[in-house]
Amino acid sequence: MKFQAPIGLSLPRDRAKRLLAGRGQFVDDIQLPRMLHLAFVRSPYPHARIAVIDAVEAAAMPGVVRIMTGADLAGVVSSWRGTHGLFPDMKAPEQTALATDTARWQGEAVVAVAARSRAEAEDATEQVIVDWEELPVLGDAQTALGDAAPSIHAELGGNLAFFAEIEQGDVETAFGDAHVVVERRFRFNRHTGVSLEPRGLIADYDPASHRLTVHQSHQTPHQQQDLYARLLNIPEQNVRVICPDVGGAFGLKHHLYADEMTAIAASKLLGRPVKYIADRLESFLGDIHCRDHTVTARMAFSAEGDILAIDIDDLFHAGAYSQYPRSSVAEGNQIIRLCGIPYRHEHYRAKVRMAYLNKSPLGHIRSVGHPIACAVTEHLVDLGAKRLGLDPIAVRRRAYLRDEDCPIVSPGGIALERPSFHGCLDRALERIDIDAFRAEQARLRERGVHRGIGFATFVDLTAIGPEYYGEGGQHISAQETCLLRLEASGGIRCYTGATDQGQGIDTGIQQVVAGIVGVPMDDVKVNSGDSELCPVGGGSWGSRGAALAGEAALRAGRKLRLNILNIAGVLLQKSANSLDIRGGSVVDAVSGATHMALSEVAEVGHFKPYTIPDGVAADLTVIGRYASRNRMFLPANGLHVAILDVDTDTGLVEFRRYLVVHDCGRILNPMLVDEQVRGGVVQGIGGALYEEFIYDDDGYLRNGTLADYLVPMAAEMPDIEVEHLQTPTTTSELGAKGVGEAGTTGAMGAVLNAVNDALSPFEFNLSEFPLTPPRILRTLGKI
Amino acid sequence: MNEPVKNMRIILRVNGEAVEAEVPVRRNLVDFLRGDLGLTGSHVGCEHGVCGACTVVVDGAIMRGCLLLAVQADRCDIETIEGADESGRIAALQAAFHRRNALQCGFCTPAMLLTAAALLAQNGNPTRDEIRECLSGNFCRCTGYQAIVDAVAEVAEVVEAKA
Ligand code: FES
Ligand code: FES
Repeated sequence: MKFQAPIGLSLPRDRAKRLLAGRGQFVDDIQLPRMLHLAFVRSPYPHARIAVIDAVEAAAMPGVVRIMTGADLAGVVSSWRGTHGLFPDMKAPEQTALATDTARWQGEAVVAVAARSRAEAEDATEQVIVDWEELPVLGDAQTALGDAAPSIHAELGGNLAFFAEIEQGDVETAFGDAHVVVERRFRFNRHTGVSLEPRGLIADYDPASHRLTVHQSHQTPHQQQDLYARLLNIPEQNVRVICPDVGGAFGLKHHLYADEMTAIAASKLLGRPVKYIADRLESFLGDIHCRDHTVTARMAFSAEGDILAIDIDDLFHAGAYSQYPRSSVAEGNQIIRLCGIPYRHEHYRAKVRMAYLNKSPLGHIRSVGHPIACAVTEHLVDLGAKRLGLDPIAVRRRAYLRDEDCPIVSPGGIALERPSFHGCLDRALERIDIDAFRAEQARLRERGVHRGIGFATFVDLTAIGPEYYGEGGQHISAQETCLLRLEASGGIRCYTGATDQGQGIDTGIQQVVAGIVGVPMDDVKVNSGDSELCPVGGGSWGSRGAALAGEAALRAGRKLRLNILNIAGVLLQKSANSLDIRGGSVVDAVSGATHMALSEVAEVGHFKPYTIPDGVAADLTVIGRYASRNRMFLPANGLHVAILDVDTDTGLVEFRRYLVVHDCGRILNPMLVDEQVRGGVVQGIGGALYEEFIYDDDGYLRNGTLADYLVPMAAEMPDIEVEHLQTPTTTSELGAKGVGEAGTTGAMGAVLNAVNDALSPFEFNLSEFPLTPPRILRTLGKI
Repeated sequence: MNEPVKNMRIILRVNGEAVEAEVPVRRNLVDFLRGDLGLTGSHVGCEHGVCGACTVVVDGAIMRGCLLLAVQADRCDIETIEGADESGRIAALQAAFHRRNALQCGFCTPAMLLTAAALLAQNGNPTRDEIRECLSGNFCRCTGYQAIVDAVAEVAEVVEAKA
């Protein structure tokens, strides 16, 4: 199906104008009357018993209104457990807003101080005396799962949180019969989302009306509304969560955080607005982290380069608690489901173990598990090709799933509709002359320049369906709703359950509504990020906006269009079928001759409804809803190609080219999609080359500032070429799949393969992320 | 021993307006601009001088508002994004950023604009590498930087073509 403009056009975003003028409204920009500020005393130890808390002097400090411990909040806010009903064997400990008896990670909040200003609150935290008794620290998953390890949560009777194994075919026999087997141990060190705007909120509880309003830098207002209502025992209809402008989120802002829950409980306790904004150190200590996986993986090949079998073992951990409400299983679960997915292979085994230990909670950040599955798979393919003496591109071509293999359910259990692996590779090779590259690579090597190329093919599981969390028992909406209201003047107000942290989904939805109803972009105003005003939806996560909220907008648009034409038909004494809406006017569907402006229709609909006969559908406020059926995910696919130089004296990596070919089905706005991809790639390069939390042997974080946790900056980043194939999904009318994580998913794999290719003359093999200069030089034997 | 000085009176110009204020000596400039004057277009991303989100113009030079105390701005002329926007001096950059989608969440954006304007004031025709180098003190987590470089380069070309 073809959709009319502005669907598919590269249009700029309305919201951007405000932000460019310095007129954004982020949560820390908001001040409320009588507002208090919160600061925390956090555990300086990775594991310690909280023996005595003495806050007498602190309470007398200037500006201090209240000092709160876990005991003070026990009657105000309930505890929670990060379980997931789809994984009934998973164990999750009880978590409270403030740690009560024991602090289990360095940075866990133990005491909260509410004061007139943040500075006064911080002054007072320094005067709170906590008597700590240090406990043994479990700093890595291997140790935590060892026989000698004490349980960090006694109630769970062990630190194993989750175990799962998938097996298909006869893996051992396939490995035994293989021509070549490659095996590798991969380390993916820990990093996080590092949104430039830290987490933050203002909780405003009004005891007179028993109403709670929370202004929060968050991705999922409806999810939070449900949680706050339940945990604070306030009727849900009295809870409102407003997400103002959000300064980047990347998955780290779609969870419940204990410190944020404390701030909300404090507002309920005190009956005054309470603001809490994390500073950068608190962000590094307390934001959800990701990765921290050790993957041992084998791949078996025939002499011709067919992939015969894959065997994956993933060991990771959730930190001290499973994230809430989604639980922390997904990163490991995605890895065991996604390894090998682009390739034909019959024999597959994958197991995952997740531990609890004394680090901050670990969970969902942009592209959950995917970059790991992609890097592992694609590096094994390169290693196999090398051992077989085959061209890695030829091996990919031979082993990729073909059109005739699809639809297919992968050995990992993922249903694939029509992936375009071959098309993506073809497109990449139209852009990159691989023979010329290899010739140049050889020439450069003679001059001591080490240039490499790396390919990374992947599937990204976008737009999660309602079955995943619905069956899991979590109150997380995976359906989307869109409400449209034709104003009397002819303009359209649109309310969506999706949220926009800069991706531009507001604009995409505006384009869908304008295109489907038949009005100019400027006639549509999109509102989002308010759990009270907006119809229920899931917010933004997991690359879902265009596919789900876009489809809901399409459905709402169709209804509104129909009702407008029904009214116009009555007024014009014509059948609605003979009419169309173009450019904001009702026109003759055949000749295109203008009949009337939308405002004329709206005026009748609003003020002279008595002129419309009974039984004519004439509502000018309509709702479109979309919930996918019978599918957990909507897989998109893509390919990254990195070309880079590695300096063998310094270990530094410099990009020469970076290309992404992606297939997210129908594209609503090519410019915004490309920019999502580019931002994602740079974030992925961060994880590939720079970003890493460093802990010492005693479990203490050593790099909690932006000066020593390195992020990609403009000078080191390449320009990124982005190409698209468009294979629309047949499961929706719009045909859009997700794209928000595609940039991040392939970057680690592409960079890993390119660095190893560049240094292949040295029998170099590095598979620990990030690929920092010291790691590269050590692997080269230079240090 | 004397009580330490807690507050000081400062007089400065902010976006062309005269401002007189009594400020705690420990308050940094960006907190003063945001909290005391309501100029919330300047942002705080790290408070330790790395991310650049707090960039403001002090006596004509871009500086990090988190690394200056408000009292150090006594008798200075300060311009924030609000002033630069209202004066129209960065309008070409704003328009190019908008067209090219050189911002996503927009949290880094006011600082990026002021930094880019400072670059173009010094060098009307920078190369892409020079633009990247100049922006490399400003962290952006969303865009991947390319669109920002494109937008600045586009304005530079126009400036160059006019000159
Ligand atoms: S807030 Fe000033 S440089 Fe980050
Ligand atoms: S646009 Fe979000 S940090 Fe730059």
